[in-house]
Amino acid sequence: MISIKNLHAEVEGKPILRGIDLEIPDGEVHAIMGPNGSGKSTLASILAGREEYEITEGSVIYKDKELLELGADERACEGVFLGFQYPVEIPGVSNLYLLRAALNARRKYRGEPEIDAVDFMQMAQEKIAHVGMSMEMAKRGVNEDFSGGEKKRNEIFQMLMLEPSLAVLDETDSGLDIDALKVVSDGINRLRSPERSVVLVTHYKRLLEHCVPDRIHVLYQGRIVRSGGPELADTLEAEGYANLETDEAATAS
Amino acid sequence: MAAHEEDVETLVAEREYEAGFVTDLESDTVAPGLNEDVIRFISAKKSEPDWMLEWRLEAFRQWQQMPMPKWPHLHYAPIDFQKISYYSAPKSAKDKPKSLDEVDPKLLETYEKLGIPLREQEMLAGVEGAEYPSTSSNVAVDAVFDSVSVATTFKQKLADAGVIFCSISEAIQEYPELIRKHLGTVVPRGDNFFAGLNAAVFTDGSFVYIPEGVTCPMELSTYFRINAENTGQFERTLIVAEKGSHVSYLEGCTAPQRDENQLHAAVVELVAEDDAEIKYSTVQNWYPGDENGRGGIYNFVTKRGDCRGDRSKISWTQVETGSAITWKYPSCVLNGDDSVGEFYSVAVTRGMQQADTGTKMIHVGKNTKSTIIAKGISAARGEQSYRGLVKILPSAVNARNFTQCDSLLIGDKCGAHTFPYVESKNSTAKLEHEATTSKIGEDQMFYCQQRGLSEEDAVSLIVNGFCKDVFKELPMEFAVEAQKLLNVTLENAVG
Ligand SMILES: Nc1ncnc2c1ncn2[C@@H]1O[C@H](COP(=O)(O)OP(=O)(O)OP(=O)(O)O)[C@@H](O)[C@H]1O
Ligand SMILES: [Mg+2]
Repeated sequence: MISIKNLHAEVEGKPILRGIDLEIPDGEVHAIMGPNGSGKSTLASILAGREEYEITEGSVIYKDKELLELGADERACEGVFLGFQYPVEIPGVSNLYLLRAALNARRKYRGEPEIDAVDFMQMAQEKIAHVGMSMEMAKRGVNEDFSGGEKKRNEIFQMLMLEPSLAVLDETDSGLDIDALKVVSDGINRLRSPERSVVLVTHYKRLLEHCVPDRIHVLYQGRIVRSGGPELADTLEAEGYANLETDEAATAS
Repeated sequence: MAAHEEDVETLVAEREYEAGFVTDLESDTVAPGLNEDVIRFISAKKSEPDWMLEWRLEAFRQWQQMPMPKWPHLHYAPIDFQKISYYSAPKSAKDKPKSLDEVDPKLLETYEKLGIPLREQEMLAGVEGAEYPSTSSNVAVDAVFDSVSVATTFKQKLADAGVIFCSISEAIQEYPELIRKHLGTVVPRGDNFFAGLNAAVFTDGSFVYIPEGVTCPMELSTYFRINAENTGQFERTLIVAEKGSHVSYLEGCTAPQRDENQLHAAVVELVAEDDAEIKYSTVQNWYPGDENGRGGIYNFVTKRGDCRGDRSKISWTQVETGSAITWKYPSCVLNGDDSVGEFYSVAVTRGMQQADTGTKMIHVGKNTKSTIIAKGISAARGEQSYRGLVKILPSAVNARNFTQCDSLLIGDKCGAHTFPYVESKNSTAKLEHEATTSKIGEDQMFYCQQRGLSEEDAVSLIVNGFCKDVFKELPMEFAVEAQKLLNVTLENAVG
């Protein structure tokens, strides 16, 4: 699905990603963990096409295309979805309106006609039921006056509607109560299929218990310093990130 | 529809025949300059009664004593009023483009983007023989071409309801008592510099009269158009709603590209008697000039509504995207007890456009209520000021006002300024004011683009969301048009 090679990125001359290598095969779920400030959100944003980062080296091949050459909207139309760590509010624009515009943008990109209004509403009703939101909420402004947990549910709702090939979810599990966590992990599992891949950025093992990943990677100071199977989450939970510095010294040498 | 078009043709033919000046029209543009003779010429051209000529001359004398106003936030070269021609009849068919092929392609592109039907495009572009916009069955149109109303449609249906909707020139002939009773009672001749000029030289405009208890059976709509170069436009509109009557009036403008600065100084007067309601909606899209501001329209407008009767209501809704300079404060004077004034506005400035707009709500009667929602959008080097005055007179017991002004900036070279003035002379008044200024955030843009929207679509989505509270006040058809207009206007506004 995606192959990241030697990716270096900086902001205002400050290096943030310092040589990331990551392969995610079709149908796999990979988790990225790591301490605050290690570059997880930066990596997610760069994959989605945020422009404030300067890519100094490396390449990202997604479905046989160089992802870094595409604009954010083109990447989205190619099936890349980012679940935001901090979803933004857009006052006065209903969630449904945004979603319909998003779906139609994809269709236009593929040379297809716009989605029928009735089909769209049916689809929205079906998918919104999966995340335990009401249509009333979907008619409100995008994330306008939504609680933290509601915003995260809304990200999952959008993901289910847009059916991405590659979903990158940046801490979609943070700040959720137990029920919401279940909603989010069910949503992710619902999306899992041999044609889709998922990147879960998370700090917590509990999400990974609901959505068991194929691989876990640890990001530290802009590099992946350790990778392993689902059991790596237990090790990290027990030991914390204390030993990572030695790991980094090992990879750097 | 076909039958209706025939009616229209007959109507036009009849009018031309009646007026008998068809052959004179060719030479009907008066030389530039303004003096009493020019005013006499205009008045004679329109075969006006003496009282009308006197009224104009008195206005002219007052105007000559008035200094041209100066505003701190508008910058433009002084206007030479002697260089303007004050009368221009429609161009004859032979000067008009024969088809849309002869029309500026840029302009057509804009029409296309706005989704204006072909027939209407022809009308707006002034194509020969295309005097009439296609109208949906419940919109009546009074087309003001240059300075003379060419004809009016839907007259019969309106007449059956007792509604008068005609050009003001015609009203001066046909309903002199109504005109004499109301003209200048809301905006007096000496009110301000541009209103004074208008009173002296106004050449046409619309007159609407809704009799007691009547709800106007359709939306009334005027398409204004500026057509001849170097000709000032001095429309004058008067709407009178008698007791318990209701009317919704739409004013929309689109202008062809041109390179001469053009002055427009319109006056609109609204009168609402007891329990009457007037809704006045405007979409204004005159040529704003090129990116250096050259060639745009100067738009100085005086619009005022008088809630004369108890429980009357006047509501102004406007979407302003055009003109090089806009100076405009639709206002309400709330004389009647329990009367209501509303102002909903979206103003867009981009390129070198300057807009100084706002509203005035003057509370005179008891329990009067006003609402102001003003949304300003500035892009590129656009400059925009909101100026709102809420005045509570001592007689206005329990007056209430709610004001909300929000500014949205696109880019960092544009500006927005808010000047809310409040004068309260009655301690029972309740006044609320909210103001925000925001930028279209990179975060919002990225969020939309990550969902697949192009940069342009993302901007228009965010802007339309910002304007929602105003758009929802517009009549349905107009709201759709306004949204499209905004999208076209803000194309390429970012990046
Ligand atoms: N636009 C920016 N300007 C300056 N510094 C930035 C910018 N974006 C990220 N950084 C810095 O890059 C580093 C990595 O940030 P990032 O948000 O990717 O961390 P993270 O791993 O997602 O952390 P958290 O777990 O707290 O979400 C941090 O030191 C952050 O301050
Ligand atoms: Mg983060």
